[in-house]
Amino acid sequence: MNSLSDPHMEPSRLSKAWNSNMAYSFRKNPVAVVSLIIFAVIFFMTLFAPLIAPFDPYDPRSFDIMLSEIPPAWSDGGEAQFIFGTDDQGRDLWSAILYGTRISIFIGLAAVALQAVLGITMGLIAGYVGGRVDSILMRVADIQLSFSTLMVAIIFLAITQAVFGSETFNQYAIYMLVAVIGIAEWPQYARTVRATVLAEKKKEYVDAARVMGFGPLRIMVRHILPNSVSPIFVISTVQVANAIISEASLSFLGLGMPVSQPSLGSLISSGFDYIFSGSWWITTIPGVVLVVLVLVINLLGDWLRDVLNPKLYKG
Amino acid sequence: MFAYLVKRLFQAAAVMFVISLISFAIQDNLGDPLRELVGQSVSEETRDELRDELGLNDPFLVQYGRFLGNAVRGDLGTSYFFKEPALTVILKKLPATLELVAGATIIIIGLSIPLGVYTAIKPNSIMSRLIMGISIVGISVPVFLTAIGMIFLFSVELRWLPSFGRGDTVDVIGYWSTNFLTLDGWQHILLPSVALASIMLPLFIRLIRSEMMETLQSEYVRYAYAKGIAPRRIWFVHALKNTLLPVITVGGVQIGTMVAYTILTETVFQWPGMGFMFLEAVNRVDTPLIVAYLIVVGFIFVVTNTIVDLIYGLVNPTVKLSRMGA
Repeated sequence: MNSLSDPHMEPSRLSKAWNSNMAYSFRKNPVAVVSLIIFAVIFFMTLFAPLIAPFDPYDPRSFDIMLSEIPPAWSDGGEAQFIFGTDDQGRDLWSAILYGTRISIFIGLAAVALQAVLGITMGLIAGYVGGRVDSILMRVADIQLSFSTLMVAIIFLAITQAVFGSETFNQYAIYMLVAVIGIAEWPQYARTVRATVLAEKKKEYVDAARVMGFGPLRIMVRHILPNSVSPIFVISTVQVANAIISEASLSFLGLGMPVSQPSLGSLISSGFDYIFSGSWWITTIPGVVLVVLVLVINLLGDWLRDVLNPKLYKG
Repeated sequence: MFAYLVKRLFQAAAVMFVISLISFAIQDNLGDPLRELVGQSVSEETRDELRDELGLNDPFLVQYGRFLGNAVRGDLGTSYFFKEPALTVILKKLPATLELVAGATIIIIGLSIPLGVYTAIKPNSIMSRLIMGISIVGISVPVFLTAIGMIFLFSVELRWLPSFGRGDTVDVIGYWSTNFLTLDGWQHILLPSVALASIMLPLFIRLIRSEMMETLQSEYVRYAYAKGIAPRRIWFVHALKNTLLPVITVGGVQIGTMVAYTILTETVFQWPGMGFMFLEAVNRVDTPLIVAYLIVVGFIFVVTNTIVDLIYGLVNPTVKLSRMGA
């Protein structure tokens, strides 16, 4: 390619990235830039939640039931120490939102990581091995896709809760949410990766790698898999947004994070009972945060799809 | 085609079998039927006798066989709470849920086709950009939040529409009483259907738009233009027909997803359907009702998916039989 011969002129990695096509299209797209900034702000604020939050929402001693349902600071009856007011237990809503968003983002990312690992492995195996293994795996994927994830998650979590009782359930809720959202959606990745493998494995470079004596694992992971990086990126953004929505929905139904350790969904749920008595902020503010979070991820996903324009697997 | 049909039916049966196994395992492990029957006060010996009598000490396969036999005859046990056959309880709740789904489907079909076609024909107009912008916001708002927002706006602030329940219904036949015959019924079903439709509508607008844009590039559409056929006819007759093929497949899968979202919508609006009932049954550990719900919902999923696959094979003559595995 056009790599420069003079070592002093060699552009740094950073400037290479800055001048790449993708970065250029990113800079030219104000929606993508704003989305990324908002996402970064939310992400880092929640990452450093323990440093930013004025109160510890997990510590029952830090809140007082006498201070419950105080409206946000800017409205009548608000108090300066509670910027977004307090919830029904007297917990500072701003701190609860910081910690809650942290849980929501963690569950979203962890569940998608699990989906990706499972799906990519299955997709590679199905595509590379082929034959009976392929048709069984893809049939299972088809059947699993035909059941809505939310439905499976609701039923699974509801029954686990009934079997183990809510105390044990609440203790492990976060892991169970990651597991159930992660396991239910692996076919999305598996189908795309499999399609890439089928297209690539007949090509000469794969034959060459085989002749050179590389094992199937190395060929699959180091040679074939890089070809499906861009569809995997695009799927992942959409999947993170969906996982966050699923988690919020499940927590809203009382099948997710408990009120003592609330995610955005459980905060919205606990505020819903008070919406009729006029305490709108307990539901509305976490709701807005949730929508903004999911929206910026979706907008980034849209931009990524337009730029990378991968051939996504279609029905 | 026939071989495909058989294969598809066989797959549906296999899936139902797995669902029945899971249901049975739940029934076996969740709650104690004896305690529900006789309470705590009965001695250990009488309990063992009763256990024998009820067949709870039989081997797993015998018990499962009995469960399956009863299930096929429509006997899914008696609800602990309602003291009625579980299947009857669900059948009573089913019409409310189906009407909700019907209301949402009408909104989705009525809006997604014109909006999808419009945004495909005029992709750069301000209106199209607005529709696409709103649709991505729509995808990002969870269905329960739409529902809460609408309750807050239309019920709490403006007091235009009721926030919970079904209102006045008219009995039609059997357990089916409908919302669609009274004004009060319409008022009650409006918000829940819009909430339920809100999550699917953007998806379908986007799907129809992208498929339509692809179809409009094809040779036969250009030929139709050259022939001088009115654009309106080309869009809605020639192009739309081929656009709807993928919409059918996605639509079929989404019916199932919609059943899941009814649980959320019904919870927010306290709609007396089977989703709301299911969550109540879980809270009461009403095992027979939970199991019955599982089987009924599984059945709905399997039937709709099978029908969608078959319709797809019928309406799309280009689907090669080899691809269908026949």
